[in-house]
Amino acid sequence: MTPAPALALRGLAVAYRGRDLFAGLDLTLRGGVFSVLLGASGVGKTSLLRVIAGLDRPARGAVAADDGAPLAGRVAWMGQRDLLQPWARVIDNVTLGDRLRGRRPDRDRAAALLRRMGLADRLTALPAELSGGMRQRVALARTLYEDRPVVLMDEPFSALDSVTRARMQDLAAETLHGRTVVLITHDPLEACRLGQAVLLMAGDPVRVEAIEVPAGAVPRAADDDGVLHAQGVLLRRMLDAARP
Amino acid sequence: MKAGRIAARLGRPVVTLCGLVLLWWGIVALGGIPPYLLPSPGSVARALWAQRGLLAGAAGTTLLETVLGLLLGTAGGGALALLMMASMPVRRWMMPLVLLSQAVPVFALAPLLVLWFGFGIASKVVMAVLVIFFPITSSFFDGLRRTPPGWLDLARSMDARPGLVLLRLRLPAALPAFASGLRVAAAIAPLGAVVGEWVGASSGLGFLMQTANTRFETDLMFAALLVLASMTMLLWWGVDRALARMLYWAPDERSD
Repeated sequence: MTPAPALALRGLAVAYRGRDLFAGLDLTLRGGVFSVLLGASGVGKTSLLRVIAGLDRPARGAVAADDGAPLAGRVAWMGQRDLLQPWARVIDNVTLGDRLRGRRPDRDRAAALLRRMGLADRLTALPAELSGGMRQRVALARTLYEDRPVVLMDEPFSALDSVTRARMQDLAAETLHGRTVVLITHDPLEACRLGQAVLLMAGDPVRVEAIEVPAGAVPRAADDDGVLHAQGVLLRRMLDAARP
Repeated sequence: MKAGRIAARLGRPVVTLCGLVLLWWGIVALGGIPPYLLPSPGSVARALWAQRGLLAGAAGTTLLETVLGLLLGTAGGGALALLMMASMPVRRWMMPLVLLSQAVPVFALAPLLVLWFGFGIASKVVMAVLVIFFPITSSFFDGLRRTPPGWLDLARSMDARPGLVLLRLRLPAALPAFASGLRVAAAIAPLGAVVGEWVGASSGLGFLMQTANTRFETDLMFAALLVLASMTMLLWWGVDRALARMLYWAPDERSD
C-alpha cells in the first residue's frame, strides 16, 4: 500500500435534485487518520462521499490528493448496505474486486482477512446464512482486500444493533489504522469514538465546521468521560443547527 | 409433518380434478348431450386406454418438438438479451424485432412455416421457438437492466471491467427474472408445437386431435387433450423444480 494521502476539496459544488448542495466547499481531510463527517439526514453527506469516491462528478470544483498523484484507483468505498452478492460464497464476496478486474483472486489473503474478522469458519457460507453483523464484517473484509490507502465509508454500521455496532467500530479502527478514512455517520457517539477529526455538516448552503475531538487514541471507549461529554456537546450542536 | 405437507400439496389439485370430472359427468348424464359433442369421462378413459400406443407415440413427437423449441429458444433469446445489454446498436436494432416476434400471431404464420420448413418436426420447433422468444428475451433483458445500483457503484469503485460486470454481476442478478420467463416459456411452448401440428404434420398430438376431430372421434380428441395438458403440467413442474434448485440463493425460490 502506498502512503495514505490527505484529500483536498477545493471549491466543491455538488448538484442534487436540481440544486447545488455546497456553494464552493473548501475542506482538507488529513492523511492517515479517521475523519468523521457528521450531519442530519439529507444534508448531503452521501452525495459528498460519492463525489470523493469518483462515483459522481461535482458540479464545480475538484477533489485531489495532496501528493499530486491521481486519486483514481486509490479509493475503496463501503456503502450503507453490505452489498454482498447472495449467490457467491463469503470468500468469493471478499475477492469480488479481483474477479471484476479479471485478476486472479488471492484466496489466501481473503481467508486471512476473514480470520481477522472472526469468520474463519464461515469462508464457504452464503450471505443469507449470516447475521447482519457478520455480513457487515464480510463487507469490511472485502473493503480491506482492495488494499487502498483511502477508504470511504457511508454509514456502514447504521443498520446494526448497538452492541454489534460498537464491535464493528473497534474492528474498523483496528484494521483501517494508518489509512485516510472518511466515515459518514449521523451518530454522535460513533463520531466521538472513531474521529481523529470530526466535521459537522449543517445549514443551507451547507457549511462544514471542525469540532474539537476527545483526547486519546481511537477506538475510544464508549464510557470514557471525554467521549461522553463530547458526544453530548455534539448532539447539542446538531440540535441547534437543525433549528429553523 | 413432511408426509402431511405432501398430502396437502397433492390434495388440493386432486380435489379440484375430481370436482371437474364430476361436473363433466353430471352435464353428460343429465344434459342428454350426444357423445360426438361431449363424450362421457368413461368413454374418454376407455379411448385413453385403447389408443395408448397411438397417444404415446404422438405425445413423444410433441414432447420432442417442445423440448427442442425450449432449448433453442432459451439459448437464442438468452444470447440476444446479453448482446442487447452489451451493445447499444444491437439493442436499438433488435428490440423492434423481439416485439415483432410477439406481435405477429403464430397462428397466422403457421401455414407459412409448414410451407418453408416442411411437414416434419422442424416447422413445429420453429413455432415453439417463436412463441417463447419474447417472454425469454424480454424477461432476461429486464433482469439484466435492473441490477441494484449499489452493486454497480461498488463495481465502479473497484475499477471493474465492463465485460466482467456483465458476466459476474448483471448476469447472476438477472437469473431470477430469467427464471420467470423460462417458466412462462415452459407452459406455452407446447402450444406452439401443437398449432404447427394442427396445420400440417404426420404425427404429434395436434395432428392426432385434428384427424380425430374430422372423424368425429371426440373421445379420442379429449384423450389427446388430456395427454397434452398432463404433459405441459409435468414439463412446467420439471422446469420449476430445476430452476428452484439452480437459484438456491434467491429468497423467493426457496419457498417449498
